[in-house]
Amino acid sequence: MASTHGVKIETQNVTFSYSDSREPVLRDVSLQIRAHEITVLFGPGMGGKSTLLRLMNRLNDLLTGNEMQGRILFDGQDIYAPAVNVIELRRRVGMVFAVPIPLPDTIWGNVAYGPKLTGVHRKDQLNETVEKSLRAAALWEEVKDRLDEPAAALSGGQQQRLCLARTLALEPEVILLDNPTSGLDPLSTAQVESTLHDMKQDYTIVLVPHSVQQAARMTDRAAFLLNGELVEVGTAEQIFTRPTDPRTEAYVTGRFG
Amino acid sequence: MSRQTSEKIAFAVLTFAAISVVVPILLVLGYIVVQGLGATSWEFLTAMPRSGMKEGGVLPAVIGTLVLTFGTAVAALPLGVGAAIYLAEYARDNWLTRAIRLAIINLAGIPSVVYGLFGLGLFVLALGMGTSIVAGSLTLGLMTLPIVISTAEEAILTVPQSFRVVSISLGGTRWQTIRYQVLPQALPGIITGVILGLERAAGETAPILFTVAAFYLPRLPTSIFDQTMALPYHLYVVSTQVPGMPIDVQFGTALVLLALVLSMNAIATVIRSRFRRRRQW
Repeated sequence: MASTHGVKIETQNVTFSYSDSREPVLRDVSLQIRAHEITVLFGPGMGGKSTLLRLMNRLNDLLTGNEMQGRILFDGQDIYAPAVNVIELRRRVGMVFAVPIPLPDTIWGNVAYGPKLTGVHRKDQLNETVEKSLRAAALWEEVKDRLDEPAAALSGGQQQRLCLARTLALEPEVILLDNPTSGLDPLSTAQVESTLHDMKQDYTIVLVPHSVQQAARMTDRAAFLLNGELVEVGTAEQIFTRPTDPRTEAYVTGRFG
Repeated sequence: MSRQTSEKIAFAVLTFAAISVVVPILLVLGYIVVQGLGATSWEFLTAMPRSGMKEGGVLPAVIGTLVLTFGTAVAALPLGVGAAIYLAEYARDNWLTRAIRLAIINLAGIPSVVYGLFGLGLFVLALGMGTSIVAGSLTLGLMTLPIVISTAEEAILTVPQSFRVVSISLGGTRWQTIRYQVLPQALPGIITGVILGLERAAGETAPILFTVAAFYLPRLPTSIFDQTMALPYHLYVVSTQVPGMPIDVQFGTALVLLALVLSMNAIATVIRSRFRRRRQW
């Protein structure tokens, strides 16, 4: 499926509220995610950023009773259409969570889990995929001699890169990252950020950053979300140095947050 | 009275309460061991009863109880674990789920003798199985079902939700997530619960009274449609139905049953603690 005008994911007038609250968490959000770019969704807490991410790979399907209006298109196709294969969608749109969640398995087992779910069982194929994914996540050198140790033994930064490798093993087209460096020390954070920059040419990345500074470091394009409303979208230069909306300026300069 | 004094008194009373829980167990165990140890010997465990069961051993009863316990597992496990998986992972909050849960609660409340009568009516008579190991196992299995379901469901719910989320986000279906993440993690908890349920079934008398238990059989059973002796019923028989039965034979039988049940307990405890030490969450 070819992407149109380089737009990989597009939300059209998305309004969303969870089943246990009447207040919409997202209001009329229309946003384009361009292919092979890092798009950053930033803003103060409870702004709807994580929710928007989870809508993009239909992870919110796990909770019942939510209400969504509007459409979300992936490569021009509505991902909430009845005929859509959700499993396939989640393989093409991968997600890394804020807290690293290694599966209670070995390092190798974690990375091989995704491909195994698709039916790949041959050891040589899996070994190849595991190595390729760990290299792409900049973790291979550190773990190549201990692939059958439990993943829980890794440090926080290593675990997070493991989760990245796990997602990469499915060769997704888009990677959604929800605050991936929130629990990490500055060195690990820098490693993850640099890895993401390197990956940009092969993937499309949507990132919820830990701070405005990280947003500025990571962007090609930034979207400012405040209380569920998409206030402003633009390139890094536009948003962080010449924001048009006063609310954007107030947040970016630290007057509130 | 100063605050410190009432604190000390409260602590003393509560400690006493906790310690006194141990006393009945020690008394029961101690009494049975003292009275019954004399009768127990290798011959007691491995020989058939002789001379109106006043001599010889309890082998057929032991074999019978072990066979029935296994049969209970076969009857209760698939249905019980399956129901637990459904309730924990698939069921929505609607009238059907509530009805199922109500049914399970009610099943748990039925007296064991009523199960026995039900087993007699349905398995022994209506379905024509006769008093047999099959009928007894099915009856015991039915009785054990609520315990298996609730402990299995609890074990499944203990598995952190985050693993499920990860599996789903990697494109796993719900069944794949259950099969590769949830069940392996929940298995030790499920096994522990099942063993505790089977332990109770092994010690029950009323359900097997009408459905399988035999007063005396000269030979071990050879098919699942045979009757069998069983320890709980055998204990009742040697304690009340045979005049002139030596006391130590009675208590020896009780000791064997107790040992069987307590060792199942010990196995469950070992599984549970080994699992706790090894798990990575």
